[in-house]
Parts: sequence; C-alpha cells; structure tokens
Amino acid sequence: MKILVAISKAPDTTSKISFTDGDTKFNEAGVQFIVNPYDEWYALVRALELKEANGGSVTTITVGSADADPIIRKALAIGADDAVRVDAGPTDAYFVATQISEYAKDKGYDLVMVGKETIDYNGSQVGGLVAGMLDLPYLPNISKLDVAGTTATAEREIQGGEEVLEAQLPLVLSASKGMSEQRIPNMRGIMAARSKKLEVVPAAAGEALTEVLDYSLPAAKSAVKLIDPENAADLIEMLHSEAKVI
Amino acid sequence: MSVLVLAGTADNKVSKSAFEAVSYGAKLASDAGTDFNVIAFGGASSDDLNGLGAYGAKAILVEKSLNNTQPFQMANAIVEVAGQVGATMIVVSYDETGKAVAPIVSAKMKAGLVAGVVDYADVSNGVVVKKSVFSGKAFARVKFNSDVAIIGLTPNSVGAKEMAGSPDVKDANVSMGDARISLKETKKEDLGGQVPLPEAELVVSAGRGLKGPENWGMIEELANELGATTACSRPVSDLDWRPHHEHVGQTGLAIRPNLYIAVGISGAIQHLAGVNASKVIVVINTDPEAPFFKAADYGIVGDAFEVVPKLIEAVKAFKANN
Ligand SMILES: Cc1cc2nc3c(=O)[nH]c(=O)nc-3n(C[C@H](O)[C@H](O)[C@H](O)COP(=O)(O)OP(=O)(O)OC[C@H]3O[C@@H](n4cnc5c(N)ncnc54)[C@H](O)[C@@H]3O)c2cc1C
Repeated sequence: MKILVAISKAPDTTSKISFTDGDTKFNEAGVQFIVNPYDEWYALVRALELKEANGGSVTTITVGSADADPIIRKALAIGADDAVRVDAGPTDAYFVATQISEYAKDKGYDLVMVGKETIDYNGSQVGGLVAGMLDLPYLPNISKLDVAGTTATAEREIQGGEEVLEAQLPLVLSASKGMSEQRIPNMRGIMAARSKKLEVVPAAAGEALTEVLDYSLPAAKSAVKLIDPENAADLIEMLHSEAKVI
Repeated sequence: MSVLVLAGTADNKVSKSAFEAVSYGAKLASDAGTDFNVIAFGGASSDDLNGLGAYGAKAILVEKSLNNTQPFQMANAIVEVAGQVGATMIVVSYDETGKAVAPIVSAKMKAGLVAGVVDYADVSNGVVVKKSVFSGKAFARVKFNSDVAIIGLTPNSVGAKEMAGSPDVKDANVSMGDARISLKETKKEDLGGQVPLPEAELVVSAGRGLKGPENWGMIEELANELGATTACSRPVSDLDWRPHHEHVGQTGLAIRPNLYIAVGISGAIQHLAGVNASKVIVVINTDPEAPFFKAADYGIVGDAFEVVPKLIEAVKAFKANN
C-alpha cells in the first residue's frame, strides 16, 4: 500500500499569539513549532500502522520553506520512509491543495491522508480540496480506518454519533481523534531520520484564492465577578437578569 | 450575481445551523442587492423546509434522494445549481456536512473558501470576512480573490434572525454523478435528549476536579434542570470517565454557547481554545489561582461538591418562580 500523508508546521498549542508588521503577520519570535497534531498523531501514525500490517510505503508531503524541515525530520523519526517538501509558502488552502494534487496525481497513491484541520488556520479544507482536484472519493473527519484489499472501512464522526462508511481505494481522507495513539520517536528513529530522503521540489503553477488582510486579538475580558460560595444561588439570578443567558 | 445557501439537514429535519446560514445569506443578498436561493438535500418535509421562509428563504431547491454521506454528489449538485442561478457567493454552515462538501465545491468551481467565519461579510469592496484563527485565540480578516466566494460559517456565530416570508419549494433536478461511498451503519450516541454540543446554547462542563465518573450525577442534574448539554475536559474523556463526543478544546470540539459553566476545570490554554468564544463563562474551582478565572465572567471559588447542589436547588427555585 502506497500512502501519502500531508503534514504541516503549526505553532505549539501553548504559544502566545501576537502579530507584527501592522498586524499583517504572525509573530514567530519565540514560538516553538510542532507537526500539526492531527497530521502527526492520527494521519501519520495510522498510515504507519497500515504499512506495518500490509507492506508498502509512507511518504510525507509538506508545502513550505526550509524552516519546515525540522518538523519533517520529526515525521521521518516517527517512521515515515521518505519526505517531499514543495518549496513554496503555504499561502492559502487552495494553493496548498493544488501543490499536493499536482505532486500526487501520477504517482499511484492508494491513500492520501491529511489531519482534519491545522491548529493555526483551522480550515478543514485541504483534504476535500485534494479529493476534488484529483477526483477521488473523500472520507472526511475519520476516527477509525481499516483497509482490506482495496476496500476501506471508516468511521466518520457526525453530530451525536458515528457513521460507518465504505469506499474503494484510491481515496483521500481526513483524520480526527481516535484513529491511533501518539508515537514518541525513539533514538534509533531519530538517527535513521537523518539519512532518510527529504526531496525538495519546486512549486507547480497555482494560485491562492484568498488573502489575509490583517489579524486581531479578541477584546480583553473584563475582570471576573466573584460570588461567595455561600451565596452560590445568586449566580442563577445574575445569569438571568444581568447576563441574560437563561 | 446571487447568493446560494446550503441548508443542512440531519435525521430528516432541517438542522438548527441551517436557519442561521439562511438568515446570514438573506442579509448578504440584501447587503449586496442580489437574488437569493437555498439548496437542501435529504428527507426534510416541505413543512419543515417552509419554516426556512421565516428566516428569509425565498426559493428553495431540494434534492431528496441525497444524504450527508455523499460529499461528491452534494458538491456536484451545488456546482450545477450555482451555475443555473449564477451564484457568486455560496454560504454553508461549517459543520460536518459543510466541512465535507464545501472544499470539493471550492476545487470544482475554483472558488475561494474561507472556513470558520464568525461575522457578517463586508461586501462594500469585494467580499471580506472575519474568521477565527489559532484555535480561537485570534481573528483574521480575509479577502476573496476569486469570482465565486464560499463562506464557511461557524455554527452559532451570528444567530438566526427571523423575518417574514414564505418560500417557493421546488425539486432541484440535478445530475449528481455516482455514489462512491456506501453507508454501512449509523451509530447514534445516546444524548439523553440533550441538544448536540455544537448547537447547544447552554453547556455545563466538568473536569478532573470531579475526581471520578461516579460524581457526574450532579453535573447531569444541573444540565437537565437548565436544559443544557454536558461537556468535559480532555483528560476526562481520555480516562473514559465521559464519552469522547463530550470532549471540548483545541483537540476536541470548539463550541460557542451563550453560557459555559466549567466545574473543576483548570482552564489550560488548550481547553480555553475550544470554549473561549462562549458569550458568558462561569467558573467553579477550589483554586483561586486557576487560570480559568482570567477567562471567566462569573466565578465561584469553592468546592464543586458543595456549590453544584446549591446551584441545582437555585435553578429549581428559579424555574418555579418564572
Ligand atoms: C497538544 C495538546 C492538546 C490538548 N487539547 C486539549 C483539549 O482539547 N481539551 C482539554 O480540555 N485539554 C486539552 N489538553 C490538556 C490540557 O493541557 C489540560 O491538561 C487539561 O485541560 C486539564 O484538564 P482539567 O482541567 O480537567 O484537569 P486539571 O488540570 O487536573 O484541573 C482540575 C481542576 O479542578 C480543580 N478542582 C479540584 N478539586 C475540585 C473541587 N472539589 N471542586 C472544584 N474544583 C476542583 C483544581 O483546582 C484544578 O483547577 C491538551 C494538551 C495538549 C498538550
């Protein structure tokens, strides 16, 4: 089974978010970058498990500049066989998906896996876009995946439950929590990652269809109103007459 | 130029988020001075669809044969209808249906898609929307540079506004292509009659401070008395104290209810990422230094096992008097 996993670089979940250049750029100073959790914990690890069970290969693909190389090495340390980096800034989801589709289109992947969203732009778009561009079936928001022969069986999280879906390979899917357990790279993996192939390819023709004008932070909350635990019951009245939410 | 809205359905009913998407689309069409159409799939009754008229729908096209498991067929139908009505702005609620379908429509129409939109669009100079980024920690203003703009609206962000009107409901008659996914089974979680979390206006959530799953009775009771939905922090679902669908936060559901009551939750940054868009936050915690108090509107520094029973009694008394 030949699997392509899209991984992206994202700020660590504890990062302080601020902006520079007149609020038009994310301030990366002091920010620790990680592999986007959905790409790593779920898509990549499940891809490795499928390879271990069925044979085949796992390649990662990242659209980004050289500053993404450390997180790509981490994915290789976790166990991906090789990696591709499309050398271009990830300007918007449509552009990123164009690059992934152009790279993948004639390489015969059975599965293209992405995380269900990135924790920076929270778009939940790339998987569906790639499926649309490659005209492959799309299994979105998948929490469980099994493959037997050329048939994939997957559980999709829906409001208040799950659906069990079946589709034929090749296909594209987006991974959510539940699909696998996080793997911590060991020393051998980290050593091996140094000599694995990280191929840098130039960007294909493509364009962004959206553009960020500027960023802002939420308005600061006014100070919390403390209620004495003895008078806890007063809270309900305040929620009614003051906050007007009940 | 026109606006096309996808009105989602689930369990043969129009989804709550569809009313919001329709009312958003009606405002967008009136701001931009354009026509307005709605497309719906699945088994919702005509009466149910007519209800969308009260939120501004004028023309509704329905394709009854399709359910939510076929993102490609839904996308094909939307692309075809968008062509027929000359849609330049497409609005979808970015719930699990929207997330499955909108990106495919974007790819097929080469239409820009902005997901996670939290406010009305500015159409005074092109189309500019405000979206949430960094898991709720910031916002971005994003401009579309494509002929067709797809707006993925975050559920419960602007609310549904009622207005007068009765819609004309017609069959869509579109070609949808082959179904490529088969639905084998639907497993429903037992929500005990609660509103699903993404749509809930009132939420009572609890964390590791409750010490064990056997102590959730009072959380459920408070939620039931308020008509609220229950949620939990990540360790609580990881420990299997509560079902996974209750997990909110950066790696769980992001929600924006009117009221979020957090009991015994410390307020870690990853937890806040999923709940800080709530309109009013109440925090109950024994530790006055718990970070959650900084994000709260109301706080009670106290033991959940003493405070929550008092709140239950207070809600009962409040209901008896109102
Ligand atoms: C990459 C990443 C992603 C994550 N994603 C999420 C996520 O999506 N959602 C999430 O919730 N977490 C997430 N976390 C975990 C997060 O960092 C916290 O560990 C977690 O939210 C803590 O849960 P808690 O508040 O229930 O437990 P604790 O941190 O243990 O807090 C328990 C709180 O209960 C209080 N308490 C104790 N006894 C009582 C009592 N009797 N009455 C009242 N209060 C009491 C304590 O003072 C304390 O504040 C993530 C972490 C990482 C690294």
